[in-house]
Amino acid sequence: MSLTVIHPGVLSLLQDRGRRGQQHLGLTTGGPLDATAFQHCNRLLQNPPDCTVIEISVGGLQATAQVDTFICLTGAAMSLHINGEERPSWEVQALRAGDSIRIGFAHSGCRAYLGVADGFNIKPSFGSSATVVRECIGGLHGTALCAGDRLPCATVTRRRRFYLPDADRPRYHNKLTVRVIPGYQQHHFSRQEKRNFFGKPYRVSAQCDRMGYRLEGPTIRCNLSGLLSEGICFGAIQIPPDGQPIVLLNDRQTIGGYPKIGAALSLDAARLAQLTAGATVYFTPISVHTARRALQMAEHFILARPLRERQA
Amino acid sequence: MRLKLAGEGALILYLGETADDLTLARVQTATIAIEKAMGNELVDLVPSYASILIVFDPLLRSHIAVAHGVRGAIANLNTAAVTAGRAVTLPVLYSTEAGADLQTLADHAGLTIDDVIRLHSDTEYRAYAIGFAPGFAYLGQVDKRIAAPRLDTPRARVPRGSVAIADRLTAVYPAPSPGGWNLIGRCPLPLFQPHEDPAMRVSVGDRVQFEPIERERFIALGGLLP
Repeated sequence: MSLTVIHPGVLSLLQDRGRRGQQHLGLTTGGPLDATAFQHCNRLLQNPPDCTVIEISVGGLQATAQVDTFICLTGAAMSLHINGEERPSWEVQALRAGDSIRIGFAHSGCRAYLGVADGFNIKPSFGSSATVVRECIGGLHGTALCAGDRLPCATVTRRRRFYLPDADRPRYHNKLTVRVIPGYQQHHFSRQEKRNFFGKPYRVSAQCDRMGYRLEGPTIRCNLSGLLSEGICFGAIQIPPDGQPIVLLNDRQTIGGYPKIGAALSLDAARLAQLTAGATVYFTPISVHTARRALQMAEHFILARPLRERQA
Repeated sequence: MRLKLAGEGALILYLGETADDLTLARVQTATIAIEKAMGNELVDLVPSYASILIVFDPLLRSHIAVAHGVRGAIANLNTAAVTAGRAVTLPVLYSTEAGADLQTLADHAGLTIDDVIRLHSDTEYRAYAIGFAPGFAYLGQVDKRIAAPRLDTPRARVPRGSVAIADRLTAVYPAPSPGGWNLIGRCPLPLFQPHEDPAMRVSVGDRVQFEPIERERFIALGGLLP
């Protein structure tokens, strides 16, 4: 029982919520770049929150079903065709054995999540199915999906046809304000450097991937050098010697020695990962208490909202 | 000891200013103490040379509560209880074929290749940190005479098993990867095996020594060239 990949598209990766408790081995966390869209995907499918889905970057995935089940596409705006007929995203769709799925290319955002009822059944490595290509770990064989890959999933005949109302769906623009919790070596950046960092626009560079997003803009100087390598949290913003900030994401290295001015709020890091080269980013500082409230509100928004059901 | 904010769900605990044996012992004992006292409240612990990153779920725990727990857990650290680490010997083929920078490093140091090999393999190293890549252990301290700065331009691909020097640190690349360290030889043994238990040959705190081997032995142990 499986879904077979016909064409993997630009970059398609199996991801669950990521690897935990393995960083002391040097293993990074992996997991969905846009955790919000990932959560919506599993919730709409009525799956447990940690189910394995496919993260599709940019688009182009094609697959066929060998099983009767249900699927749901969330995240970046990519078209979904089943047997050549366009179907809405953010909505549970029935799939029959023999059906073909075709995902288009993103016209806003760049990461979409294709989930299946009860998730793909992938043997975990180090407690997670998350694929980290750099480490050759996770997924089916430690690599991005390839043509011919069979993704095991169960036959599911009943599932409620939930959808997320249009007004509740995230919109992906090419301009974003990233809230930052000042931390780490923030005291080693002068007031003037912070004014530049928090006041002026940055541009997403071409060097952006699952490890991190490198930005281009005002150069930030730090009066610290020779920092011993230390643990890097998700969203940490490091300033290398060239003064151009890098926001570190899911596949970041576990430890590093560049000074960090703080860390992006995870909700905004997820939005950042939907941006492509050339997009505009502003940074704004927030307190850790405000950050916690924002996280609680976002969680409440996803979990406490009643889902709407499409009537047949 | 300083406990600082890192991110929405992370604190960082600094236990020293330099990479030395006392700081290493503090990091090791504090990691064990925090794990024991509050392991089930945490998402991850990332020990490094002189610090521990403490990762938690901010929806379940506040910074204040986690900071309070950490301070309690490490109030009475006994660094004398730390083990001396296991002794690990890693065979190395030192040659210009296996280590592309061996000749350059020797020339810069004003030494012969044999001197470099002797100075590198006579020293017992401690594993100060694991990171950068799975199973990549930062070993110190390299003898001052063969310490060499990172390359100006990192290599796009360093071969698996490469033994390398950067400043006063040495390491073995567990898998092919980009890298800017000076390559002086190659270890034929796998350093990271995801399907074995334990997956890693070297853990933080272990004492590592390198043993020079000949080309035939290197091949017999499964080493690959060039």
